[in-house]
Amino acid sequence: MTAVTRDLTLKSHRFRNEREGDWRRLEHLLKLAEGGVLRKLNEDEIVNLTVLYRSALSSLSVARATSLDQGLVDYLESLCARAYFFVYGTRTTLLQRISRFFLHDWPTAARNLWRESLVAGGLMALGAVVAWLLVAQDADWFYAFLPGIFADGRDPTATTASLKSTLYATKADRKFLTVLATEIFINNAGVAISSFALGFAFCVPTALLMLFNGLVLGAFLELFFSRGLGPNFVGWLSIHGVSELLAVTLSGAAGFRVGLAVAFPGKQTRVAAAGQAGREGAILIAGTVVMLFVAGLLEGIARQLVTEDWARYAIAGATAVFWAVYLYFPRKPGLEATHG
Amino acid sequence: MADAGRIRELITPEGVDLRLRLGEAAERAGALVIDLLIMFAIMLAMFIGSCSVIVASGEKNAATAQGAFVILLLVFFLLRNCYFILFELGPRAATPGKRVLGLRVAARNGGRLTSDMVFARNFMRELELFVPLSFILAGGQGVDGWLKLIGLVWCAIFVFFPLFNRDRLRVGDLVAGTWVVKAPKTALLPDLAGEGEVRLADFTFTPAQLDAYGVYELQVLEDVLRRRDRKTLASVADRIRTKIGWTRGPSEMDGDFLSAYYAALRGRLEARLLFGKRKKDKFDTT
Repeated sequence: MTAVTRDLTLKSHRFRNEREGDWRRLEHLLKLAEGGVLRKLNEDEIVNLTVLYRSALSSLSVARATSLDQGLVDYLESLCARAYFFVYGTRTTLLQRISRFFLHDWPTAARNLWRESLVAGGLMALGAVVAWLLVAQDADWFYAFLPGIFADGRDPTATTASLKSTLYATKADRKFLTVLATEIFINNAGVAISSFALGFAFCVPTALLMLFNGLVLGAFLELFFSRGLGPNFVGWLSIHGVSELLAVTLSGAAGFRVGLAVAFPGKQTRVAAAGQAGREGAILIAGTVVMLFVAGLLEGIARQLVTEDWARYAIAGATAVFWAVYLYFPRKPGLEATHG
Repeated sequence: MADAGRIRELITPEGVDLRLRLGEAAERAGALVIDLLIMFAIMLAMFIGSCSVIVASGEKNAATAQGAFVILLLVFFLLRNCYFILFELGPRAATPGKRVLGLRVAARNGGRLTSDMVFARNFMRELELFVPLSFILAGGQGVDGWLKLIGLVWCAIFVFFPLFNRDRLRVGDLVAGTWVVKAPKTALLPDLAGEGEVRLADFTFTPAQLDAYGVYELQVLEDVLRRRDRKTLASVADRIRTKIGWTRGPSEMDGDFLSAYYAALRGRLEARLLFGKRKKDKFDTT
């Protein structure tokens, strides 16, 4: 038997020595790109990176077919995956993504979910009407909808004068306005996000949340209207309520969208349908959190500072017009093409 | 391989399969714990900071105290809702916890990870993480037995959801169309063939001796050589000598022998690879 001659240097070893420089350069560029904040790649570097990425991919194919150096194959796999995510991933900055969200994504989602929004709003209205009728018949129903702490002294036993005073803040109450605004906002945002997340359970919890919200509203409305404080109460409520109720309606709509997709996926698979609905709904929820932030500011600050009814109505009307135009006014297509 | 079940095909537009590996449940949990610890540390720092501001400003400067409290509340809110979203929208598509463990979020369809996906997977977190967390922290107070049980079952379903599907998806991933893959930064290890070829000057193997093993054993040997553990080297070297009928020379080192044998075996196997024959392991005699 003849011994194996050793003119050697393995082919795979030579292959590696020849290409290693390119891989190292790609690795270096990726490190810069992933660092992100410190420095952006310039055009040359981006072009370079994509070229190096393609050559690394071909190296990977060659290495898999001809090299038995496992360390090398592992390295190239991870290098190519990292480069792939950069080359075919989003290269928009966070700022671009955020501005796109406000200019395009959010209003589009709101418009696409108009049916669900109507249903959510309808359920809330239904709750309000039912509560109104029940409380009008028998004031004890009020306590069924509103546990004592929540009502905060505003219940059927209160005098008309004290009810009226709750609608108009005194100087002493103004102290902790910002804290109040923040707390209200955080609470509401939590409710909005849960009503989306809970929609997963075939819409049922979301529908209950909408109904309950309506019941509370209806009970309060009846109480104040029966004392002749109706217009004052509506002013007090709508200064922030326009934004808040719209936000709650939209978050309910997002929940319904997900729940309906899970229950009736149509031609898609259930997972695919839930996915599509979830992404659409999530955009709307991100939007409602912004809306609730505005509502929280209006409720915690503007409502306590603006105590004239006409001014409250004016602010309420202005917010209503603003949201209607911003969310539902048709706009030029064109942004649709660039997706990020 | 044990984790072959976690490898998913991802064909790039250039037609190469990247064979992505999914993150294990344990790694996901570890990443989450790291993130929660970071969030907790920030909260604690903010809490101590704002408390000291509130105490320092006292009665006479109520506005400052109020401002500190509001900032505290907002930071809590932002941490809870934006921490994950902002990090996953970035170029690395991973929170610090995921980065430490070499994970990243990717779209299941292989396309771009869009912002709606990131929103969706993280708003669901409210249901999967924060609801169960507050449920446990509150100990189900003010709720009677049956509701407690239902709550516990509900939480368990969401928390353990990733363990009950092949792709380790949590509900948020399911809804968003994402999954979490491994994207570690692997360093390029030195090529063992380089050293082996130098050693090969002192060793000569016959083709029969080189046909004793296949690719699997070669890669085990690569692993052994990289670790450089003396005991393992000695026992592996003895086994190979017995198998191929090699008599040990007087001044022969185990490491040198293995290194040389590695280079020779790899040369032999790679040459056969070029002719389209991949000898899987020592039992493969085709």
